[in-house]
Amino acid sequence: MPDRSTLLRVESLRKVYESTTGDVEAIGDVSFTMNAGELVCIVGPSGCGKTTLLKCLAGLLRPTGGLVEMDGSPVTGPSPAMAVVFQEYGRSLYPWLTVRGNVELPLRHKKLSRAEREKLVTDALEAVGLAHAMRSHPWQLSGGMQQRVAIARAIAYQPELMIMDEPFAAVDAQTRADLEDLVRELHATRGMSIVFVTHDIDESVYLGQRVLVLSKSPTWVQEDLAIDLPPERDQITTRALPRFTALRTHVYDQIQRAKRGQGVAPPLAR
Amino acid sequence: MTAHTGSVASTARGRGIGFRVGASFLHALGLPFLLLVIWGVATSTSTNRFFPGPLTIFEAFVDTWVGPAFVEDVLPSLYRLGFGILASIVVGVAVGTLIGLVRWLRELLEPLLEFFRAIPPPVLIPVVMLLLGITDTMKVVVIVSGAIWPILLNTIDGVRATDSVMTETADSFQVTWWERLRFLVLPAASPRIMAGVRQGLSVALILMVISEMFASSSGLGYRIAYFQRNYLIAEMWSGILLLGLVGVFLAVAFGVVERRVLRWYHGIREVSRA
Ligand SMILES: Nc1ncnc2c1ncn2[C@@H]1O[C@H](COP(=O)(O)OP(=O)(O)O)[C@@H](O)[C@H]1O
Ligand SMILES: [Mg+2]
Repeated sequence: MPDRSTLLRVESLRKVYESTTGDVEAIGDVSFTMNAGELVCIVGPSGCGKTTLLKCLAGLLRPTGGLVEMDGSPVTGPSPAMAVVFQEYGRSLYPWLTVRGNVELPLRHKKLSRAEREKLVTDALEAVGLAHAMRSHPWQLSGGMQQRVAIARAIAYQPELMIMDEPFAAVDAQTRADLEDLVRELHATRGMSIVFVTHDIDESVYLGQRVLVLSKSPTWVQEDLAIDLPPERDQITTRALPRFTALRTHVYDQIQRAKRGQGVAPPLAR
Repeated sequence: MTAHTGSVASTARGRGIGFRVGASFLHALGLPFLLLVIWGVATSTSTNRFFPGPLTIFEAFVDTWVGPAFVEDVLPSLYRLGFGILASIVVGVAVGTLIGLVRWLRELLEPLLEFFRAIPPPVLIPVVMLLLGITDTMKVVVIVSGAIWPILLNTIDGVRATDSVMTETADSFQVTWWERLRFLVLPAASPRIMAGVRQGLSVALILMVISEMFASSSGLGYRIAYFQRNYLIAEMWSGILLLGLVGVFLAVAFGVVERRVLRWYHGIREVSRA
């Protein structure tokens, strides 16, 4: 009998890319569960299969083996319960649509009245602070704002789980800090469940309630670390906490081991 | 802040366009005017009756085309051209989209399409004439048989090159088939489609004239050939002038439509150039 609040369950997930030049085992054996309302960060070195894992979670890729379960039923394809924010925001937003058109597009096939749809769109754009840019086109906005549009599109879709793939890898440091706080805020105020993938160790510790450290490819979960920082986080004070530094160092150490292909580091002292 | 920079950018762009339109207008008219003057001077000193002066041709133009000839010859030509272009675009884009989306169909048809495209369309005129007789349908079919290829092949390429992340986005949000066509596939392919239409337009005009010269009792092409056979030289030249004007009109109309349809495309290029 699964825990009632279990939202996502991944068991022995394996993914092998087959190609004529030889097979690539991107994911070896990944298992974890996630509860509703959690914010889980997945961190791992570049090329370790993070994007592959996300696509399997979102039903965009069929795993070679294992199981992904959402709300107790297996994921076999894209589901209205999940929304993805892609790494390449420039290629994920449609340049011929306005900001509003982009956010609205996924809602068109939902059975909503016009007013309900408008409200969802306006609401989502307000939540990311872009209500004033509704009629702009994505290419008229900065990179950070474009990623906000992609987040608004995901929020308006009203998923149970938002999946984000290195969403802030390509924006400058200040914008990135603002966007991180936006994600924390969405999680806190809307009770959204979020899987946030990053290769940035600091980001994973600052954002997450939990951090899953992945090994290098073929991937398994090297460590499942609870982040016991206070829920109210602040870019300056939280990052200055000794506990933050300890957690960060620990994850860093794990990633170094993952890169070298070594096993698990000793458990973190409390 | 965004709205502010956005509006600044768009007013700057507006002024830019206004300025460029003005400049290109001068460009467009300056050279023809110069040529006209050279032509007038050259013909006033020459006695060659095959090259009448601009005034003679202008008079012939008014006498020939303003009046019943407009209804009898110009309008039928324009109908055929219009129908031919419309059919080429509709069929070319529809079939091209289908072929671009269905992989096995594409692999099956691609060599065949290249072959058909390589056939010079005028050689089809005798064949189509045999099948359809000397009718308007025949002329439209001839126009389509030439103008459709650049549109069709460009549409296939454009549809096929839809960005993989954009497609994955549509997948993940379960965008329906029609919405995908309307909001992803066709807009993504539209720069290629418009490039194909631009090529198709000039082919269509050429084929309209040739098909009418070949087999017709009305139309611009027919009239020009008739004047030539009867040594009505100024009239013949005035017909060629009219054809040129039709071509210019087509280009201008295309430019207006393209600017609207591909506003986002030109916008991106302007932004990335800045
Ligand atoms: N479509 C594909 N075909 C073959 N190999 C792939 C494909 N996509 C990714 N890979 C390989 O799988 C591994 C993991 O890739 P990816 O999931 O993109 O890693 P990450 O997102 O962590 O950087 C890499 O070695 C990559 O080369
Ligand atoms: Mg990746």
